[in-house]
Amino acid sequence: MKLSPKAVSLLQIAPMGIIFAAMVLVPLVIIFVVSFLDYDFAQVFPEIYLGSWKDVFTSQLTLNLYETTFKFVAIVWVVTFTLGFSIAYFLVFHVRSMQVRLMLLAAIAIPFWTSGPIRAVAWVPLLGREGLVNQALLGLGIVTEPVSWLMYSEFAILIAYIHLLTMPMVITISNSMMKVPRSIIQAAQDAGASEFQIIREIILPLARPGIAIGTIFVVTAVMGDFFIVKTMSGGQVNTATMAIVTELNAFQYPPAAAKSVLMLAIVLGLVAILLRFADIRKELTK
Amino acid sequence: MSLIQLKPQTAPAASGKSHLKQATQGHRFDAELVAVTKRYGTGPAAVADISLRIPRGSYCCLLGPSGCGKSTTLRMLAGHEDVSEGAILIHGEEVTHKLPVDRGTSMMFQDYALFPHLSCLDNVAFSLKVRGVATRERRAQARQYLELVQMDHLADRLPNQLSGGQQQRVALARSLITRPKVLLLDEPLSALDPFLRVKMRSELKRIQKELGISFIHVTHSQDEALALSDMIVVMNDAKIMQAAPVREVFETPTNAFVARFLGGQNVLNSNGREVSVRTDRCRLGHATGLRSVEGQIAMIEYQGNIVRITLQTPLGDEMTVLQSDTDYFAQNPQIGDTAMMSWQASDEHILAPT
Repeated sequence: MKLSPKAVSLLQIAPMGIIFAAMVLVPLVIIFVVSFLDYDFAQVFPEIYLGSWKDVFTSQLTLNLYETTFKFVAIVWVVTFTLGFSIAYFLVFHVRSMQVRLMLLAAIAIPFWTSGPIRAVAWVPLLGREGLVNQALLGLGIVTEPVSWLMYSEFAILIAYIHLLTMPMVITISNSMMKVPRSIIQAAQDAGASEFQIIREIILPLARPGIAIGTIFVVTAVMGDFFIVKTMSGGQVNTATMAIVTELNAFQYPPAAAKSVLMLAIVLGLVAILLRFADIRKELTK
Repeated sequence: MSLIQLKPQTAPAASGKSHLKQATQGHRFDAELVAVTKRYGTGPAAVADISLRIPRGSYCCLLGPSGCGKSTTLRMLAGHEDVSEGAILIHGEEVTHKLPVDRGTSMMFQDYALFPHLSCLDNVAFSLKVRGVATRERRAQARQYLELVQMDHLADRLPNQLSGGQQQRVALARSLITRPKVLLLDEPLSALDPFLRVKMRSELKRIQKELGISFIHVTHSQDEALALSDMIVVMNDAKIMQAAPVREVFETPTNAFVARFLGGQNVLNSNGREVSVRTDRCRLGHATGLRSVEGQIAMIEYQGNIVRITLQTPLGDEMTVLQSDTDYFAQNPQIGDTAMMSWQASDEHILAPT
């Protein structure tokens, strides 16, 4: 028996298609359906109830959660982009020896071989009430009592995010920068451009794909995370993702599902916008 | 637009500053290298103690095998490479430690180095943009330079939408808009196909003549150097072997390296001295009064109006005879024949030992 080429192709993608459908599409559909169902403290009823969705868009409490999430995304993005771009620029255009460059990149990457929870917990001895920073400030007589907002606060959450997410920014941006031929920089120098003008007119536009991919990393990580928020704030700060986790723990599946669907829509929308700046397929093959 | 406008700006003739004008106008050489050496680390010098003077308005080719230091020399002239020792002068003014932009040089890169995110027009206008010239004015000027290289009809394209030859023209326009005193070209034709290469090289020569500035052009192609140059600088092993007008280099090479590298010469031993004889002055056969060498015909290449015959001597040297097709068909030699190659003693040119 001879199969048509089309049938062969379909058979070849079938395993992946089945796994994808079973593990991703079906659960998504279930989540979507559940978000429209009624519930009480113990179970979900198969009756249509729009309260979960109404809550998502009208409850001031829920809106505040999204506001906190977006505030974190914005601050973390600005800081990691500034740091990532500067570090990548230094590594690619100022470090001349390839060996030194690889050593410095390794120095950025190696701390990330430890697991996320350990790295988050490791902030406590540094930023805690009895931590190194407070000891130093007290010792130097700069403050008279320990600074309390260093740990278990929004500040602590931001520190952890920035520490975690600067590396992907550095890697993706320096990857884009390394593809800029030296002769292009020299041509710009010949034309009389200053270092700042070269950065603004040449390097920034040419590093755009790397910036876009790094931004996707940062945005999806911050929006999808609840662990860092929980650990670093000691449960004092709530974000949209934290709320989903809390509701799941309380068996309130429909509102958690509604928030999840909305979160997914927002993240997909942002990624779609960012991908307009970067052709991922081209980046991966070049 | 009259091309006079495109010539490099000379110092303004302000009264009381006429000595400045003198200094700019009175220079004898467009570019000078004075005992220039370039060392990377502790290894042997990439360019070893070279001195060179390029007269005004010359088309000068730096010719040599890869690794001979010709590209390094060009990059030092451009200011993209530090000079280890020695000095560089442009229009009689020392520029050894100046920034590229302050030298009055502009470089055309082998890979063209166009800004991939800017249109042709904005590529050419870039140097005006960084100097703060308003958009409308810089685009108008850039368009004039695109006209000069016949690329104005594709002004809005991005570089990757252009062929290699077209990118080259845009790169040329972008270099020329800075009004360089000296244009530096790093193997500009090597990435083009043979047909375009010949076309582009006559274009380069035309533009050089029209602008009246010096072009310094690095190449490893003898044909290109012969076709373009007023002056050829043959380099080997970090040193200049010969720097002279093109005819002088071809007819009276200083040593065997120059004779062999430029081609068109047989290098042989005559009465214990190393001499060169032009291949078109050699012939097959022997007659009294001529000097000769015996060999086996290794290759015959028919090239239409001439035939190139290669002889292998018993010592293993290769000799070349360029014959007219009439002479060739009269004699009709075959590959593998033993034959004599002969020449007149007066056609010998004595070479210096290398």
